[in-house]
Amino acid sequence: MKGLHKFLDEKIAPPFKEGGKLRRFWPMYDALETFAFVPGHTTHKGSHVRDGIDLKRTMFLVIVALIPCLLFGIYNIGFQYDAILTEAGRIDWLGEARHATWLEMFIYGAPMVLPMVIVSYAVGLGIEILFGIINGHSINEGFLVSGMLIPLVMPVDCPLWMVAVGTAFAVVIGKEVFGGTGMNILNVALTARAFMFFAYPTKMSGNNVWFHTGYSDSLAAAASPNVIDTFTGATPLGLLVDTPDGATISSVIANAGGGFDFSLWSSFMGFIPGSIGSTSVLMCLIGAAILIATGIGSWRIMAWAVVGGALMGGFFNYLGTLEAFADNLYLDIPWYHQLCLGGFAFGVVFMATDPVSAAQTTRGKMWYGLLIGILAILIRTANPAYPEGIMLAILFMNVMAPTIDHYVIEGNIKKRMKRAKLAIA
Amino acid sequence: MSRTIKIRKGADIRLVGAAGNTLKESAAGSVYAIKPTDFHGLIPKLLLKEGAEVKKGTPLFHDKHNPSIVFTSPVSGEVAEIVRGAKRKILEIRVLADTSNTAEVITKPSSMSSKEEVTNSLMSSGLWPFIRQRPFSTIARPSDTPKAIFVSTFSSAPLAPDADFVMQGQESAFKAGLSALSALSNGGKVELGVSSEGNWFNQFSADANITTYHGPHPAGNVGVQIHKTNPLNKGEVVWYCNAQDVVNIGKTLTTGELSVDRIVALVGSEVSSPAYYSTKVGSQVKTITTGNLKEGNSRIVSGDVLTGDKVNEDNFIGFYSEQITVVPEGDEPQFFLTEGWLAPGFNKFSLSKSFPTWISPKSKKFALNTNMNGEERKFVVTGQYEKVFPFDIYPVQLVKSIIVNDIDMMEKLGIYEVAPEDFALCEYACTSKINVQSIIREGLDTIMEEFK
Repeated sequence: MKGLHKFLDEKIAPPFKEGGKLRRFWPMYDALETFAFVPGHTTHKGSHVRDGIDLKRTMFLVIVALIPCLLFGIYNIGFQYDAILTEAGRIDWLGEARHATWLEMFIYGAPMVLPMVIVSYAVGLGIEILFGIINGHSINEGFLVSGMLIPLVMPVDCPLWMVAVGTAFAVVIGKEVFGGTGMNILNVALTARAFMFFAYPTKMSGNNVWFHTGYSDSLAAAASPNVIDTFTGATPLGLLVDTPDGATISSVIANAGGGFDFSLWSSFMGFIPGSIGSTSVLMCLIGAAILIATGIGSWRIMAWAVVGGALMGGFFNYLGTLEAFADNLYLDIPWYHQLCLGGFAFGVVFMATDPVSAAQTTRGKMWYGLLIGILAILIRTANPAYPEGIMLAILFMNVMAPTIDHYVIEGNIKKRMKRAKLAIA
Repeated sequence: MSRTIKIRKGADIRLVGAAGNTLKESAAGSVYAIKPTDFHGLIPKLLLKEGAEVKKGTPLFHDKHNPSIVFTSPVSGEVAEIVRGAKRKILEIRVLADTSNTAEVITKPSSMSSKEEVTNSLMSSGLWPFIRQRPFSTIARPSDTPKAIFVSTFSSAPLAPDADFVMQGQESAFKAGLSALSALSNGGKVELGVSSEGNWFNQFSADANITTYHGPHPAGNVGVQIHKTNPLNKGEVVWYCNAQDVVNIGKTLTTGELSVDRIVALVGSEVSSPAYYSTKVGSQVKTITTGNLKEGNSRIVSGDVLTGDKVNEDNFIGFYSEQITVVPEGDEPQFFLTEGWLAPGFNKFSLSKSFPTWISPKSKKFALNTNMNGEERKFVVTGQYEKVFPFDIYPVQLVKSIIVNDIDMMEKLGIYEVAPEDFALCEYACTSKINVQSIIREGLDTIMEEFK
């Protein structure tokens, strides 16, 4: 590989170097070169040896942890389509009276998801490079993770141009105006989702966005000849907004339709409609295991968020038994089922643990996680306008994180002052 | 009194090349040097010109702000050269040794318990600079009275010398040194920080307060020991001194002749046979390294790899250094798939768990080089510093307060209790490759300016 480096250094690099024609584009070249080769920079003083880890490896490991969610998300699109067909009473796939195989489901989903991933990376990295060129700084790795998270928190029917607009908004307003990676206040991917949620509500929530009902082009039409043009269906949480009088959780689940299964098991495994990557609790747990084993995600935040969610869910379960709250079905969802629904698991594992926007002190992380869990279930249950609360809960706690840290540090400062006073006395 | 303290936060960086228990004589050196740059914040004022004859113990220069603190020649001979750097800053005062071995006579204190007499002897002999203070980690000011004097008898840094081996046979001198130091703190006993793995120092339980430390680096850092036993508040001062220099103090004050002996460990993966060398303060590096290094591009560090100074063979061993560490230079680019950020990394040591080596047994050692292993970034990852920082201080927040130059916040967050060396592991572990030790030094400098 020395030859390749020599080639880069001698043939490609010169125009980008000091005095070269393409000097302005140095950050772009630098990003590519440092991607391929960890530079031969050595230490000068202080610690002469350094840990093997760097930001590239850190970010890459988060992407590895996201891959199970991505793969399952792609598969689940096909699975949901098969469920629609079943619901419509047409058990057929490729003209045969059978259900799709898992591979066919995967192939069905891939053309929906991969373009979103590509658009998100292209737009986000393009803007990062642009800002790098304008500010003359090297390109940070932060977007590698955001670029994967953004498509995973979108509904499947979200148009590509919206992914592009949302990504652009998040990178510019959410990150670059604060100074780039490491300086943002809000989680970048959630900023994108929140922006789109409020700017294009009909495309981000409701009953029309969670399913992909067949491709219009001939290739895909061949794959599923009996295309169902429109299908209306809500996520399990959305389903509970509008229920007839006297309905119970079990009756709603039972009436979800022939092809659908909203049971606890199904929600845990992820065979439910929802944002692309966030339906499967199991895949999130695999991701969490990778993040915790490599020490990259904070287990404290994850654990306390689950505790918070369970406490709040349990509290609402208690309220649900009271006469006064008889008509809010959300209260009746058992707390453990609450944790398996919507984007709770995905948000807690991948979004709440973003170290830049989370609380930074150890004790602060506890409160930060706990409050995310509590707020997510509170918003979901108490405000039917937002059947999914995790996004708003994390964004709100991103804003509050510095305040939490402030009080934690204040405690440390008070302890020190008290000790000084004792020493004088 | 003896007590035990367990340090939980920290890490041992497991490097190849620890010294075996053999003590060798260093090659006879002809040139010795005292480097004013070893003393942070010191402005030297020369007392002699090039060509002047000196004896062992003859003052070469003094502290401009505190003329009674003199720095003396470790050998007899002549002042060969005064090496200057940019803006005529004095870098080294080199002395060409002769064979006469003449020495200045140092007035012995009539009693080891007289603070004034002990102070005078230490000042005139040039041993005073071995006594340093916290806060700031600079040479102690003779006008202060410290609330305690600490001696950390061991270093927990990577490849550090084994104190029990180094101190063999120095019992009486060490004991004399301890009583001299007690006199300086008005009779208060010296606080000895002892490693749980050694026992040589336990014989002094009647002469000093012994605290035994268990746990990983930085358990041997005097800053940690002060923090755990008698934390510093604003306005307070403690002094500290290395164990080998306590021996020199003891010897000098009992014999009346300056003693600047030093046992230095030559260690690291690029040393052919790591061992201990008996030498003197101010010796040239090559008196130890010649013939002992492996072929190849390597870096010589005076001190340990976490806090030492980069030197070459013609430079001189640092005033406080007790080891020379030689590691490979890492100036080759690393292809991302084979050895860079995406490689499995079976040879990379990391305090994070992102490399498979974290499951390797504790006995596995690594040959780390000087590559940064990445580029400098802004703070992103949290919780890393806290894992290796055994102080009740928020390290990241302190570093940030220094970056924004918020003096009030630095004080509140406990800057008086720390020195750059306490952050060495944070700097090692940092994903964003931030030079934390330099930042801490900047912060301490800012505070020192405030006191002027």
